[in-house]
Amino acid sequence: MLKLEKDILTDKPEVDPAEGRDHVLAQEFSVFYGDSEAVARVSFGIPARLVTAIIGPSGCGKSTFLRAINRMNDLIPHCHVTGGLVFDGKNIYSKQIDVVALRRRIGMVFQNPNPFPKSVFDNVAYGPRLAGIRRKSRLSEIVEQSLTRAALWDEVKDRLGQNALGLSGGQQQRLCIARALAVEPEILLMDEPTSALDPQSTARIEDLIGELRGDYTIIIVTHNMQQAARVSDMTAFLYEGRLIEFGSTKKLFTKPEEKRTEDYITGRFG
Amino acid sequence: MNSRQLRQSLWFSIFGLLTLAVVAAIVVIFYRIGRDGLGVLSWEFLTKPPRRNMTEGGIMPAIVGTFYVSVLTLVISVPVGMAGAIYLHEYAGQSWLVRVIKLSIRNLSGVPSIVYGLFGLGLFAATFKLGTSLLTSALTLALMSLPWVITASEEALKAVPNGFREASFGLGATRWQTISRVVLPNAVPGMATGAILALARAAGETAPILLTGAAFFLPRLPRSPGDRFMALPYHLYILATQHTQIETVRPLAYGTALVLIAMVMLLNLVAIIWRYRIRKNRLW
Repeated sequence: MLKLEKDILTDKPEVDPAEGRDHVLAQEFSVFYGDSEAVARVSFGIPARLVTAIIGPSGCGKSTFLRAINRMNDLIPHCHVTGGLVFDGKNIYSKQIDVVALRRRIGMVFQNPNPFPKSVFDNVAYGPRLAGIRRKSRLSEIVEQSLTRAALWDEVKDRLGQNALGLSGGQQQRLCIARALAVEPEILLMDEPTSALDPQSTARIEDLIGELRGDYTIIIVTHNMQQAARVSDMTAFLYEGRLIEFGSTKKLFTKPEEKRTEDYITGRFG
Repeated sequence: MNSRQLRQSLWFSIFGLLTLAVVAAIVVIFYRIGRDGLGVLSWEFLTKPPRRNMTEGGIMPAIVGTFYVSVLTLVISVPVGMAGAIYLHEYAGQSWLVRVIKLSIRNLSGVPSIVYGLFGLGLFAATFKLGTSLLTSALTLALMSLPWVITASEEALKAVPNGFREASFGLGATRWQTISRVVLPNAVPGMATGAILALARAAGETAPILLTGAAFFLPRLPRSPGDRFMALPYHLYILATQHTQIETVRPLAYGTALVLIAMVMLLNLVAIIWRYRIRKNRLW
């Protein structure tokens, strides 16, 4: 066990997943690309309003699983799923699900910051406008709130009209978080949100995740185990599409039950 | 010098000479047209109709006709081509049928223009009973430019980063909201430059309009899309090969060629400058 990880973990409260209700529940859930099984019969419940990290080596299916939750994989041809993925009592993949409505409740932040080539204001107002909000005063209110929540307001309040692509990488990623928060989602999916950022920007995003914890269910995919240890309450370890271990972050990083989990977090492979 | 270096210089010399030959051909063409065409260029040449069996006067009706037919072509081919490209690139997916359609469209751009001319004559003039007219010619030219417009539009759509689409879908946008609010605003400039290049090519075509609506000589300008029209490329063809006093009208033919080339080059220049400015200004 790495020394640093222990330090991070000492004052982390032990979390009992049974306490919170499962916000997303995977039951024997699989994702296929054509014939190859990227996620293989995964079963676990993601507790509401906590931060859950999904870790594992490249190609283990962690991003695929994350993108299955807001049905982003629908955009990929020949991708299909089996088993259950339940959100709010309904299977995400049932025919009655309105994908557009689902994505408004399950927001996403991507690996590479991807603000639109529009002004800072228009980026954050994009989601609310899709929902039909037109009144400028209401939009301004939402934009300020969202940017404040994303810890970006003070830096951009005087340049809301400027193109978002002129911001630094870290600011762009916080803008993307603000943009996702503006549609008031219940769940925030984060797909390696700091892998394209410098250490300082990474630290700010991690602080931000800590601040959002409790208000949103956050599911973060990361290949950085230190990050998982720092920001998450629960951790799931995926390997070759299978869920090897799922439990409280503290336990998974200090007393892993599986040999493979221990090997991975101590850097013996991956 | 060893043999490897010798072989290298030999090949480079051959490539250099071939390039020079191409450049020389272009220089000669421009020189001849410039030398013999500039002499007849005058305000009168550009603004007056031909007189005395086309041995005197200007080419104004041909300029106006080419302008009309080009604009009408653009009005028809750009909406259809853009819609087709949007459907193929954003909606249709990647089935084998879509791939066959895309391949066919690319192949259509290789069909000789005389074939389009005959097709337009048969379909628009005869079957749809539009007769030989400005509209029939524009429809035929539009059909001919469509593969270019569609391909250029598809390239413009392809150039829009996928991250923009994902971000939009992720915020709960429908496919149409994503296309209209994020994809198109970033693709339209590229589509437009492609359309201008297709237009430049259509403006210089003779075969499609020869059969479908261009006239040898008309005393007045077309007043409706149902009228026939004069056009620069056809006028040039007449002056250069069909006129009874070919030697007398030769300078006028050079003048016509000069005006046509200038128009086409101007369009290309607009497209190039526009594209350059887009690329310089965009941040992604």
